[in-house]
Amino acid sequence: MSKWVAHVHRVSGIALALFLPAHFWVLGQGLEMDGVLRWTEQPLVKVAEWGLVVLLAAHLGGGLRVLALEFLPWRDWQKSLAAAAAALTLGWGLAFALAL
Amino acid sequence: MSIRGETRLWIAQRASAAVLALCVLVHLAVIVYAVRGGLTGAEILARTRGNAAWFAFYSVFVLAVTVHAPIGLRAVLGEWLAWRGRSRDAVLLLFAMLLAWMGMRAVLAVFA
Repeated sequence: MSKWVAHVHRVSGIALALFLPAHFWVLGQGLEMDGVLRWTEQPLVKVAEWGLVVLLAAHLGGGLRVLALEFLPWRDWQKSLAAAAAALTLGWGLAFALAL
Repeated sequence: MSIRGETRLWIAQRASAAVLALCVLVHLAVIVYAVRGGLTGAEILARTRGNAAWFAFYSVFVLAVTVHAPIGLRAVLGEWLAWRGRSRDAVLLLFAMLLAWMGMRAVLAVFA
């Protein structure tokens, strides 16, 4: 499972890095962002937004796991850390889906 | 790049990760709170503009991302595409500058 969590961490990081310029561009428009916000009302865009929130939670979970592995002494917690990363991802994805 | 340079990048990556861990937790909570009942630009900006604390928070967030994302991509480009050397670092430096500029432009538009 640790291998998969590491893979998800990497792929989510790439996706987030590619998404950031678009995110900043929309926010940088100030009040003119309403056009984009209307576009985001479409169901497929909402699914994509949900995916982005899950990717962010996944990257956070995977990153906390890396920091714990590198800076904390206990190595036998690897599986627990991977499970915690997965749980955090799913939990936040669910919270966002319920809030939509 | 020299070993000292690589070590500095590693430290910068981990230090920015520690800052981002806190920022992302707060940001995820803000997202879930903010999207309830839909969003309009005026509604968002009425809550955010002139708020010095959130301005400071998101400025730190953007600067930490500016450090973190290019260093992360550097490893991916090296390991998956075997792209190393100065050209890779130059492109990533440009990407970092783009993130810093666009990110701070967004923070100023939303919070200033």
